[in-house]
Amino acid sequence: MTKISAEGICKSFAGPRQRVEAVRSFSLDVREGEFVCLVGPSGCGKSTFLRIVAGLMEATSGRLEIHRDAEDGRPLNSMVFQEYAVFPWKTVSENVAFGLAMRNVPRKERDARTAEWIDRVGLRRFAHHYPHQLSGGMRQRVGIARALANDPEILLMDEPLGALDAQTRTVLQEELLRIWQSRRKTVMYVTHSIEEAVLLGDRVVLMTAHPGTNKAEFTVPLERPRTLQTTTDPQFSRLSYQIWEELRDEVQRSMEENA
Amino acid sequence: MSSGGQRNRTREEDGKAHTGAGLMSPAAGTVLLRWVALFVLFNGAMTVLRLWEPLWWAAALVNFVLLVRIAEQGALLVPARFARTYERSLAVAFPLVLLAGWQLVVGAEILSPTWFPPPTRIVRALWELATGFDEFTGTSLFGRPWEIPARLAEDGLKDGAAAFTAESHLFATLMRVFAGFAIGAVPGVLLGMVMGVSRTVRAMVDATLSAFYVLPKIAIFPIMMLVFPNPFGEGPKIAVVAISAFFLVAINTMVGVRDIEPVYLEAGRNYGATGRRMFRHVIIPAALPVIFGGLRIALGTALIVIIAIEFVRSRTGVGYLTFYYWEILSPDKMYAGLVVVMILGVGLTTGLKALERVVMPWRRDPGRSDPGG
Repeated sequence: MTKISAEGICKSFAGPRQRVEAVRSFSLDVREGEFVCLVGPSGCGKSTFLRIVAGLMEATSGRLEIHRDAEDGRPLNSMVFQEYAVFPWKTVSENVAFGLAMRNVPRKERDARTAEWIDRVGLRRFAHHYPHQLSGGMRQRVGIARALANDPEILLMDEPLGALDAQTRTVLQEELLRIWQSRRKTVMYVTHSIEEAVLLGDRVVLMTAHPGTNKAEFTVPLERPRTLQTTTDPQFSRLSYQIWEELRDEVQRSMEENA
Repeated sequence: MSSGGQRNRTREEDGKAHTGAGLMSPAAGTVLLRWVALFVLFNGAMTVLRLWEPLWWAAALVNFVLLVRIAEQGALLVPARFARTYERSLAVAFPLVLLAGWQLVVGAEILSPTWFPPPTRIVRALWELATGFDEFTGTSLFGRPWEIPARLAEDGLKDGAAAFTAESHLFATLMRVFAGFAIGAVPGVLLGMVMGVSRTVRAMVDATLSAFYVLPKIAIFPIMMLVFPNPFGEGPKIAVVAISAFFLVAINTMVGVRDIEPVYLEAGRNYGATGRRMFRHVIIPAALPVIFGGLRIALGTALIVIIAIEFVRSRTGVGYLTFYYWEILSPDKMYAGLVVVMILGVGLTTGLKALERVVMPWRRDPGRSDPGG
């Protein structure tokens, strides 16, 4: 069943001299329970597209349909932002409870779900710490728990691990796999790491350099459940390289444009 | 000078390199002794050659440089865990040295003790001000708080309290600062919020606000005296303090709200915060550090403004007191008044800082506790 259906999405911004086109006629269908990774050179408009899906921005033109199935007050989407968008003025548990509090989920249920998710991302000891007392990896765990505790129909992730060092990143990738395996939510995941996309996604969608539009699409044939060991699979490296071949020209183009 | 600096740098590098071998401490100790000896020698020579009188200001400069060198060398000898205590003690020791220097310079009558009374006399004057009562004006610095119980017993609650507030200069100044600050800061924060959130309001008001911002607020005191029915009452004084605080707080709040990381606003929206809740949970806490910066500047300015006004047109207040003792040529007490103003400033700033720590617990840093992975 199609959960998200975007067709011919365009987005342009008013620049100082001319309109800047960020996304041009981009189309994407995401099935219920599918993990789709959006990959493209930096500045290609993948975050913009994600924000349009999240409802944080209006598309300039195009058709976006999101199939809504629950009427029980579950939110349609929750976003994990890049870098440290957890609120520095709230403790870990206040951050995780934020979406629930805004939706007026009763206190008891809110506390229970908050505690559950803090546990699940391994931050029980830090529940009453403020983000500045945590490391970058722990802060992003808070961001992930904040989204998942909200129990959205769709999980949107905007380069959530982009700011982390390589080792912390790997640890969190494994954690994401483990969490997703148990929930199978519909996920749209923006990243610029091909390996991350192949490891996590059911499907990898490539975007061209600015303005972003459809470049290519790859179905990831790797079996679930996956772990970090999946990266040793020959299929993994072959697909990663294949994607890179497609992406190389775009990255080149984006570098020249930004020069 | 430059070669000296260079030599010093290599020595420090040597010191670091030899830390493990324990060679640093004796070397640094010797150097420290050398600087102390130079300090003693210099001041001795100044005294023997009777150069203090013509060159006391140059000597003060040289002594400052020597003291800095001694303090720097001393720092090398202090174990790392006492480093902060050492720095704090420097902050306390320096003004004490300054006061001692003043005492010596004035004691030797290089500067006139009449116009620059030595610190000991200022302290004595301060004590007199604190405990004394001026029969002529019927006022005192603190309002003799130790008399409060007797007065309450005598005049009852209302009249007793009124007698106290009428007598105390400190209370008059504090009341004006607090009233003016509150009356100005609260609408300042509100306008700043609106300006921060709304581009249109910002575009409309910004230029006007900036124009008023640069105007020295004391200059509008005469206008305020016209506006209020009693030009010599509290109204105009509090109004000028309020206006000063208002602009400072409004501009800082505006900047604080405008410069919030967009990702916090997006996160707020994405998780369903709207309207009042967006303000309460995202906008206000995100802007709070900058708002408090504005409040701190505004409180300092409020004190400056009120002292200036009390100089010009007032029969009460610490500013009036200070200026009064200048007019009757009693410099000891004038200086004592200045000391009270300084203490007032430090006290108010400390109070605001304490409030900041209560309101923004997330800015307190008890150290990163054990961040792993």
